[in-house]
Amino acid sequence: MELGYLASTIVKMVALIAWIYGLLWGLGRKRLWQKAATLVLAFGVIQAVILAPKIGDFALFSAFDQGLLFQAITMTMVALGLNLIYGFNGQFSLAQWGFYGIGAYCSADITYRWTNGDASGLIVVGLGVILGALALMGVGKLLKIKRGVPVLSAFTFYLFALVAVGFIAVWLGQLLSPICAPLFGAPDAPGVLGSPIALQAVFFLSVIFAGAFAAEVSFLFGLPVLSLGSDYFGIATLGFAIVVKTLLVNSDTILGFKEMKGGRGMLGIPKLTTWAWAFIFLVIVIVIIRNFIRSSTGRATLAVREDEIAARAMGIDVAQNKLLAFVVGSFVAGIGGAIYAHYMGFLAPASFDFIAGFNPLIIVVFGGLGSMTGTIAAAFGWIFFLEGFLRILLGQLGTDAPSWRFVLYPITLLLLMLVRPQGLLGTVEWGFFKAEGLGATIKAAVGIKPKKAGE
Amino acid sequence: MPASTDTTKAKIAVKGRRGPPLAWVGWAFLILLAAVTLFYIGSKAWSNPILFLQNLLDGLKLGFVYALIALGYTMVYGIVKLINFAHGDVFMVGAFTSFYAVSRFGLHQWPLAVFPGMNPGLSIVIGSLTVVLLSMGVCVILAVTIERVAYKPLRDAPRIAALITAIGVSFFLEFFGALPFVFSGRFIPYKAPFPTTAWYIKDGIHPIVSGTASPDNTISFSNIFLIIAAASILVQILLQFIVKRTKIGVAMRAASYDKSTARLMGINVDQIISFTFAIGAAFAGLGGVLYAIAYSSIWTQLGILPGLKAFVAAVLGGIGSIPGAFVGALIMGQAESMTMSYISTPMRDAVAFTILIIVLLVKPTGLFGEPAQEKA
Repeated sequence: MELGYLASTIVKMVALIAWIYGLLWGLGRKRLWQKAATLVLAFGVIQAVILAPKIGDFALFSAFDQGLLFQAITMTMVALGLNLIYGFNGQFSLAQWGFYGIGAYCSADITYRWTNGDASGLIVVGLGVILGALALMGVGKLLKIKRGVPVLSAFTFYLFALVAVGFIAVWLGQLLSPICAPLFGAPDAPGVLGSPIALQAVFFLSVIFAGAFAAEVSFLFGLPVLSLGSDYFGIATLGFAIVVKTLLVNSDTILGFKEMKGGRGMLGIPKLTTWAWAFIFLVIVIVIIRNFIRSSTGRATLAVREDEIAARAMGIDVAQNKLLAFVVGSFVAGIGGAIYAHYMGFLAPASFDFIAGFNPLIIVVFGGLGSMTGTIAAAFGWIFFLEGFLRILLGQLGTDAPSWRFVLYPITLLLLMLVRPQGLLGTVEWGFFKAEGLGATIKAAVGIKPKKAGE
Repeated sequence: MPASTDTTKAKIAVKGRRGPPLAWVGWAFLILLAAVTLFYIGSKAWSNPILFLQNLLDGLKLGFVYALIALGYTMVYGIVKLINFAHGDVFMVGAFTSFYAVSRFGLHQWPLAVFPGMNPGLSIVIGSLTVVLLSMGVCVILAVTIERVAYKPLRDAPRIAALITAIGVSFFLEFFGALPFVFSGRFIPYKAPFPTTAWYIKDGIHPIVSGTASPDNTISFSNIFLIIAAASILVQILLQFIVKRTKIGVAMRAASYDKSTARLMGINVDQIISFTFAIGAAFAGLGGVLYAIAYSSIWTQLGILPGLKAFVAAVLGGIGSIPGAFVGALIMGQAESMTMSYISTPMRDAVAFTILIIVLLVKPTGLFGEPAQEKA
């Protein structure tokens, strides 16, 4: 029976890889209706499999598999963000897991308070994020007038602007949340804001705000730190991940959020992540990252990775470009964290330990630095193979055997670095991610007739 | 948005200004930060000088251990430009080696077993030294093996590939060590190979009777503190001597300055690199034993945070500089002990990395570092 289970797991993994390929291929079609049909079909297939009735003991897609699927989706988001920072922009960042944790806790706090009839989380974070973005843009505009302001001074201005905005947001939250409180209604007679539809809307907003919050934190952190050298940047980001975990462990004492319960873990987060939401956000993230890479900014990003001095000579503002990639990558990580929090319904700081933060890095390195397809395939393969398949397989050997997984990870990483440092897929891309525009331009420049787009 | 420094220079040339605009804002912010910190610590020290001095001593103890680890980081980085992440885990292996030698095999008692009539004090000294030497030896073998197997094939690869490999080695040591039949993943109480004695200072130095707490409002210290301080300072002097006076030290400095030219001068650079790893590992092993004795509990992830903080100390002092690593480590020890006492214990890690970021922004070469010749 166990062997049968393992065999079915392999079949599922192959089917999922085929599903990813199909999704990317379909999204890469030219016409809009083709893309729309692909999305509906890709969504429908998995939804049908999840809804399929159990036949006796055999479930086509068990609760365990669904758990793996949601983990794989969040891991895909985090890894795609990291690939943008490290793979495409060449900044070795270990802070991604910290932004993931920030996003998870931020959105969890919003919906937790909302389900307890308290709108202050949404108001404070929402207003803070929006005003914060405006403040950052305003300060940026002002600093542009005086060109050549040193990083440290710029950081000081941004820091004070954000702290001021934070105070304003908290004050507005205290002002507005009592007004909203009666609208929630009693538990037996829910008001306008207590309705399930409002909760879904709040969930959507909380995910977006969590991503934006992580992005603003990453802006403030990245501004001074990105000007360091490559491996100093790595160490500083590692420090960031450690500090975030430390703060989460002490979230109820140092930060003063009683409901986060510090190291004991945050309970009672509404489980709002459904397959539909996860799929929608996955597609949003894929489109954001792909369009970023394929834009002129994205090409500048690649240029910065290849040679900073040459890129500067081409008129690219290197510092700004690095910061932009870092912020977009962190935004995506925050969204991933929010999806994770509402799938688990429970958050423990231990899962945001910086050691776990090496997983997305290994995925990015494995899938290929600068290959979005590789990242997605590696994230799904990683979760389904190592967390699912290998855990079961090693579980057959003995009770201690599953801990061998953590010995096997670094060995695979070491072997990969020795044998194929560019990753398994290198820079190969499928369907939606294929850079036909750029490839065609280069081919035209060297005198090869470009293939028709979409072929 | 931060503009690049090149445009800054261009602007200066056009307008004839002396410095970049608004630079004073950043400096004012930093000075304000430093002033607030100093005022806070100063006021605390004024209100309770005894506690302040005790913190100073605790910080020194931590700093001396960090100094032992930081040497390995700074020397290896000076030569191969690699953040040797696995160094902290070599430190951990040193602690575990001495644990097995003492608690499982009773190696520290060998002089008494062989020569029953020996002076017990002398036998403890010889036994403990044997344990320390064994740990150092194991660490040296481990570090040289890591260097040969993992780092050497990647010497010409991009630096990030080597960094990822170092992280991989570090993880491998931690999680292999955490397997049930190796070290197990639990916290293990550590028994020192020699008896610890503590003293307190109040109108002269008095010993503390073991099992009782020191009296209130006194400064206490133990023989472990004295041993750590002595070992750390001795190692500094020894290393200064090796680097400045011996032939191999000259070769090390030459290799760190320019590897290919050093090779042309007939220096076996690979051997020098292995030797550097070996010296660093030996001191890390020594530090591991002392750390385990001082804090009397070990586990397989023991090395991560001390390792990172020692690296921060090396950067603070100027990476590649040996006295710099020592001074940086002492500063880190003080920062950590003051944070633990006056702010909150969990924030000790945050302070270390904040210091790193500020140092890199203000003076990227560190306190004692030479200006970088080239950016590789």
